[in-house]
Amino acid sequence: MNNFLFTQPFFKKNGKAVAIYFLVAIIFWFVFLVIIPQFYMLDLSFRTNVPPLARGGPEDYYTFEHYSHFIFGSKTATDAFNFVDLGVFGRTIFVSMLVTIANLLFCYPIAFYIAKIANPSTARLLIVSLIIPFWINELLRSFALRILFANEGVINNFLTGVGLLDQGILFITYDIGLYTGLIYAYILLMMFPLYNAIESLDINQIEAAKDLGSSSFRTHWRIVIPHAKPGIVSGCTMVFMLTVGALATPVVLSSPNTLWFPQLIYQWFNMNDNWSRGSAYSIILLIVSVIFVLTMMRIFKVRIGEIIK
Amino acid sequence: MSADVELSDVSVTFGSFYAAKNVNVKVNGGEFFSFLGPSGCGKTTLLRAISGFQEPSEGKVLIDNKDMSGIGPNKRPTALIFQNLALFPLMSVSENIAFSLEVRGVSKEERKKRADELLELIALEGQGDKKVHQLSGGQKQRVAIARALAVEPKVLLLDEPLSALDLKLRQRMRTELREIQKRVNITFIYITHDQGEALTMSDRIAVMNEGELEQIGKCDEVYNNPLTPFVATFVGENNPLYGKVTGIEGDKAKIETADGQYLATMNESKKLNIGDESIAFVRPESLFIPRDGDNFDNKINVNIESFEFEGNLKNFYASLKSGAKIKFSVPNAIDTSFITSGSSIVLGFESSKSVILPKASLAID
Repeated sequence: MNNFLFTQPFFKKNGKAVAIYFLVAIIFWFVFLVIIPQFYMLDLSFRTNVPPLARGGPEDYYTFEHYSHFIFGSKTATDAFNFVDLGVFGRTIFVSMLVTIANLLFCYPIAFYIAKIANPSTARLLIVSLIIPFWINELLRSFALRILFANEGVINNFLTGVGLLDQGILFITYDIGLYTGLIYAYILLMMFPLYNAIESLDINQIEAAKDLGSSSFRTHWRIVIPHAKPGIVSGCTMVFMLTVGALATPVVLSSPNTLWFPQLIYQWFNMNDNWSRGSAYSIILLIVSVIFVLTMMRIFKVRIGEIIK
Repeated sequence: MSADVELSDVSVTFGSFYAAKNVNVKVNGGEFFSFLGPSGCGKTTLLRAISGFQEPSEGKVLIDNKDMSGIGPNKRPTALIFQNLALFPLMSVSENIAFSLEVRGVSKEERKKRADELLELIALEGQGDKKVHQLSGGQKQRVAIARALAVEPKVLLLDEPLSALDLKLRQRMRTELREIQKRVNITFIYITHDQGEALTMSDRIAVMNEGELEQIGKCDEVYNNPLTPFVATFVGENNPLYGKVTGIEGDKAKIETADGQYLATMNESKKLNIGDESIAFVRPESLFIPRDGDNFDNKINVNIESFEFEGNLKNFYASLKSGAKIKFSVPNAIDTSFITSGSSIVLGFESSKSVILPKASLAID
């Protein structure tokens, strides 16, 4: 067995020590950090919620009750469906989609400017100034936005102070703070794939299009965007997945009467002490997000290999 | 439809650096005109000024006597062929060719028709649905030309488009380009550092050095009567013989060098006086090994140092008494077995085939 392993090309190329290190690291990552937790959660989501001591006892059996709770609500409820949870879920997916689109619309011109127009020193300065705010923790950034957007916050105080408004705008109540925070939270994950994709476009392609009579808009539509498509899809995928699963930003910035789906999951795990239901909700979020992304990829004709590039 | 292109006192500066300086040239409609010069001489800058990607810092670009200042590249009657062609890799060959029509809102059928016509012009009928990467180097070249011709520009600008091809293909494309130019009858402005390319295709050439025009003229004119030592040594090869003018006889001047006296022809616009520091130039192919009965105006004693076989020519490298080096070429058909390394021989050349110019710096190869 050992001999068989060590004669593999991978071992010959990297040497024993390095090859073993790679192998152990990859297996550890994959098995302990990906497979086991996910399978544990999958398993948990199909079990009844019992205290740890009752595990394996007669109370502990497989059931669909957590999934059906998501759709139909508790057995004692009068509504036909669980409108509250479904509503939160639908809103989370929909708003995440809008956040992703907003991110794309924000990042495209900036990424294009940095990649193709700015001179190298300006480009470096811009990239650094994009990165530095993200050295601060997501939670703290959200609190900073909360300070800006609060009813008695910096923006409202300024606007009322200079006499532009009589009364402050309810940024938090109307979730404007939340949407801003969500757009800001993962913007770099849109920026860099886009920047990389656009940067690799030969400037002559743009000039050739222009020389052939193409307007600026047309050049972007026919030349730059098709070239940057893998970067666009990869940025959109990352931003969408992370936004859908965001917790810190909604906790700090959402209005008291709206919930973000991960907050719901958090409540099942921590406040209601129902890990099984929390797991079921997590699995639902995961599967629906993955299907959503795959559908989008199908619609925009992108293959997964292109994104990873 | 072709158009005149005129550069009137055009200068392009980047900071304090002159990429082009006071360039004046008029390219006639329907002409195949080349800018020839070493890399960094400003020829690409001039091309960008004509196409509209670079506004001149001073002076004007006129196309059909119309001032082009402030008119962008997408509004000029020019089409540019890029050095790397810049074909659109995500589009089919036909889409590439018809791109300029697409952006002008021409209907799909019309575009298809025009693309097919152009595919025929470049002998790629029926290959319009291929992707660009499925084409060979020469085919890509032709597609780039077709794409540029699709809008029927009045001027076609070519930025060393042949430099990436191998030798055989490059030679064939020269002929093809020339033929296409005759067929479509528009003005071609060609940029190259390859004098062979410029000489074989062009009606006229302009030789550039460090942002300035050195000479404009017909190919043979520039080759036979260079106006400056730079042109003499950049266009083709030339042996410089340094010395002082010691006598003038009509259009001929006598030059005294460390190795002897030679008679050479003066250029009308570059008259010399006795005592002037000057250089006489003689090309390798104008140096002959005298046979019985030959009587050359000039004789030169050389010491053979080395030899190189080029195929159609044999090149000999020799030194003069003063240590100056000289190169001469002999057609392969001629027997040269008697010339061996270290042997001393006498070469002859005619004064009519030697040009004498005021001393100035040469082109550094």
